Amino acid sequence: MSFLIGEKMTGGYGGADILHDCTIAADQGEIAVIVGPNGAGKSTAMKAVFGMLNIHSGRVMLDGEDITALTPQARVAKGMAFVPQTSNVFPTMSVEENLEMGAFLRRDNIQETIDQVYELFPILGDKRRQNAGELSGGQRQQVAVGRALMTQPKVLMLDEPTAGVSPIVMDELFDRIIEVARTGISILMVEQNARQALDIADKGYVLVQGRNRYTDTGQALMNNPDVRKSFLGG
Amino acid sequence: MTMNRNFLYFAIMAVLLVIVGQFQSWNLSLSILNLCLISAIMALGVNIQWGYAGLFNVGIMGFAALGGLAAVLISMPPVPAAWAAGGGGVLLSALAGAATIIGCIVAYAKLPKGRARSAIIVAIGVIGFFIMRGIFVPATDAIESVDAAKTGYLGGLGLPVILAWPIGGLLAGGVAWVIGKITLGLRSDYLAIATLGISEIIVAIMKNEDWMTRGVKNVNGLPRPVPFEIDLQQAEWFQNLSASLGQDVVIFSSIFVKLCYAGLFLAVLLAIFWLSERALKSPWGRMMRAIRDNEVSANAMGKDVTWRHLQVFVLGSMVVGIAGAMLTTLDGQLTPASYQPLRFTFLIWVMVIVGGSGNNMGAVLGGFVVWFFWVEAEPIGIWLMDTLTSGMAEDSGLRAHLLDSAAHMRLMTMGVILLLVLRFSPRGLLPEKTGHH
Amino acid sequence: MELLNALILMANFVLVPALAYGSQLALGALGVTLIYGILRFSNFAHGDTMAFGTMAVILFTWWFQSMGINLGPLPTALLALPFGIAICAGFVLATDKLVYKFYRQQRAAPVIYVIASVGVMFVLNGIVRFIIGPDDQAFADGERFIVRARSFKEWTGLEEGLTIKVSQGITVITAVLVVAALFWFLNRTRTGKSMRAFSDNEDLALLSGINPDKVVMVTWIIAAALATIAGTLYGLDKSFKPFTYFQLLLPIFAAAIVGGLGNPLGAIAGGYVIAFSEIMVTYAYKKFIGYMAPGDWSPDSLLQLLGTNYKFSVSFVILLLVLLLRPTGLFKGKSV
Ligand SMILES: Nc1ncnc2c1ncn2[C@@H]1O[C@H](COP(=O)(O)OP(=O)(O)O)[C@@H](O)[C@H]1O
Ligand SMILES: [Mg+2]
Repeated sequence: MSFLIGEKMTGGYGGADILHDCTIAADQGEIAVIVGPNGAGKSTAMKAVFGMLNIHSGRVMLDGEDITALTPQARVAKGMAFVPQTSNVFPTMSVEENLEMGAFLRRDNIQETIDQVYELFPILGDKRRQNAGELSGGQRQQVAVGRALMTQPKVLMLDEPTAGVSPIVMDELFDRIIEVARTGISILMVEQNARQALDIADKGYVLVQGRNRYTDTGQALMNNPDVRKSFLGG
Repeated sequence: MTMNRNFLYFAIMAVLLVIVGQFQSWNLSLSILNLCLISAIMALGVNIQWGYAGLFNVGIMGFAALGGLAAVLISMPPVPAAWAAGGGGVLLSALAGAATIIGCIVAYAKLPKGRARSAIIVAIGVIGFFIMRGIFVPATDAIESVDAAKTGYLGGLGLPVILAWPIGGLLAGGVAWVIGKITLGLRSDYLAIATLGISEIIVAIMKNEDWMTRGVKNVNGLPRPVPFEIDLQQAEWFQNLSASLGQDVVIFSSIFVKLCYAGLFLAVLLAIFWLSERALKSPWGRMMRAIRDNEVSANAMGKDVTWRHLQVFVLGSMVVGIAGAMLTTLDGQLTPASYQPLRFTFLIWVMVIVGGSGNNMGAVLGGFVVWFFWVEAEPIGIWLMDTLTSGMAEDSGLRAHLLDSAAHMRLMTMGVILLLVLRFSPRGLLPEKTGHH
Repeated sequence: MELLNALILMANFVLVPALAYGSQLALGALGVTLIYGILRFSNFAHGDTMAFGTMAVILFTWWFQSMGINLGPLPTALLALPFGIAICAGFVLATDKLVYKFYRQQRAAPVIYVIASVGVMFVLNGIVRFIIGPDDQAFADGERFIVRARSFKEWTGLEEGLTIKVSQGITVITAVLVVAALFWFLNRTRTGKSMRAFSDNEDLALLSGINPDKVVMVTWIIAAALATIAGTLYGLDKSFKPFTYFQLLLPIFAAAIVGGLGNPLGAIAGGYVIAFSEIMVTYAYKKFIGYMAPGDWSPDSLLQLLGTNYKFSVSFVILLLVLLLRPTGLFKGKSV
């Protein structure tokens, strides 16, 4: 059984169900990537795993414990961290304050973690006093990821971390994410850039209309001709 | 089902009015009825804004006051001496004001953008303003000194007072258009704040511009759309009528006058109600409610939400203006100091929320119920306080204080009722009919 | 000499009163803007909250006075202030629990909160009038002047005198201290930063484990403190009358919107902008121009742009201009 698993989740925002029997999971130190067309329910699945919407069947397990009933805040305390797709920084607060807010639940000394984040994303160290709202798109995404890392999570969930950034910055970000995974953190990530993402993924999920269409290792999905044709542009 | 419920509530209202008629007096009962009718119209106006479109107007008082102003400006006889003294000056200063505004607009449109333009616009504005005041102040001083005890103002046009009702509506609608134009489309709070501000200013103008409204000296003796009691009492047919009904002529004349008013008000209420219902059921009304229920998607569908909100806001304010003119007509006098936000803004809101926002029948019912209890709460409150404090010594300071404060309790009770209905029964006594959209 | 007289004249009738009034508005607007930033609605009950807090301060002041406790030259009200703040905070927290909390859980539309706040406003209105009555109340004591016009004239030999009231001095000093403390709190403390984070991005604040209930509670307490302080300073400077406080709502909203709703720095700037405009527009410049003009010439008219009866229409016009030209305010507040 995987370290984090959202199992057979069915639910939505109160109206019609968006997710149907959807399962996504990530293992320790592993990168799991979710791809699929726009509106497939990828973000919804992430929110369901993080407890931001109600699922009326299925469950979410973390490290063997059923956390389906926990609030998002309680999940943060359990070692999960989430970088939403949009508005994922505090725009009128400085970079450093953003990181401090990420560590809000911690009562120990957070300076070491801040230094680690600056090591991972050196540009943030240079701009620590600048407001996050004034940074470029790529830098903002780094702040968002850095903020999520401040709780020293065991699981990091990222919703389209490379949306709207240049290809060079994207590669850079993927490298950093691999680095994070190397430290033993499980990564569950939604990506629009399916090719590059599956390339670094240990495991891949293709979602369509709220259902699992394909599930396999990243490599296998890349090699699957059906997946290539329908989702990777040939 | 809803039909029955409507009928039931209005039947209860009627019974209550009859009880007041029997046990207090028919005169009182009819005065309450007349104000219920006017309140119902105001509530309809607010319901058009809030119920149809979700617009929060905190300036109902101002629009009602504009209606009152119209009643004076239309119906009172002009004061020729005052016109001779300063009428020309007032008109001239109005022209100067208009010229200043046009000057600023022309400068804004014609000159190249930059500091120089801003400086010129400000200069035109300030100089124009001083010129305007230079003409205006002596003119109004002259007007106000013409027989100050009796007139001291320009008077009105001397037209039938009924005309003031639609004109009052137009006046209120015009002001609403300006306010709406600026604040609609921004966050909903801004409309609330701006309407609060404009209503305070309208009332301040009416209190201070004696040359127009006589300010706190009030305008008394407005012409009436119905006969005077005194004339009735002397008319032979009326004496015969009251004799045949076995009524005292004096009392019956006052009842008869109130009945005349009630008839007029009822006619207006029915007309506005009918129009509102037609509008609500038309494609226009359906679209309004669709916008109210989901502004985002309506915006996405390309409906011009701001323009439609402007329409509703102006229409609703016009209805309030009409009711305001009717109220001043009924009072027979304009007393600017009587415009209190509690009575004119807040109470109407309680009517709409209690009655059932979005439902015209509910608004009318709310107007009746809330006004009735607003009037009857005073004797009840005093009686209650009296009973509660009866154990205390006659000369106890606390007792005197409590009795004095009973009036404030009434406000508080209304506030509590609003909060309770909003919380526990947000759809009101007669909920909006939904279902078949 | 003439020039000096003109300057003193302006200082006496414009600068000093506007600084004091501006400080009072700034404190009021700070409360409104904080509530807007965190709870996301315009609190129409703020003026009456000021009245309520001030009333509590007045009652304590009277009590202290009756026991012979005072602060010598300073008004006793300063001593009563913490007690008034505590009572006001308690009341405001109770209204949050009884009224606003429900709508927060419902994630109700902002306009519903505004209506609810109007309801609270009228309840407060009733309570204040019920307890202390609708009339003017005097509660200022201690020394009245820091600088008296007469001694100023004797001292400088100028024609014009300068008066600085104790209440004006206290107002400005208190405002500076309070604002400094507030900004220190918002920028330096964990709780303060969490409030800013909540205001910036509520969802992300929740994801970061910030406790919304605590943020809301602290916000109400600060708003109550600001309202009580602003109201007491205003009452000391002018007088306490419940209806005046309701009318203060308009300049306070105008100040908050001019500065950009949700932006604390903006609220302070907005307070002074409104105060200076209001006083400068309703000031009669006749004497000033008389000093400035060469020779003995002096204008015939008062040279007053607007009568003082219309002073609050100044805030209204400024408000409309800002909404027309720059709806986010001078300092860029939250979205329109
Ligand atoms: N907050 C919401 N409320 C209601 N429906 C939503 C909400 N967010 C997304 N949806 C709907 O859920 C479906 C899936 O959306 P989403 O999970 O954002 O897709 P993806 O991230 O795969 O592009 C879409 O049909 C979308 O319209
Ligand atoms: Mg998405």
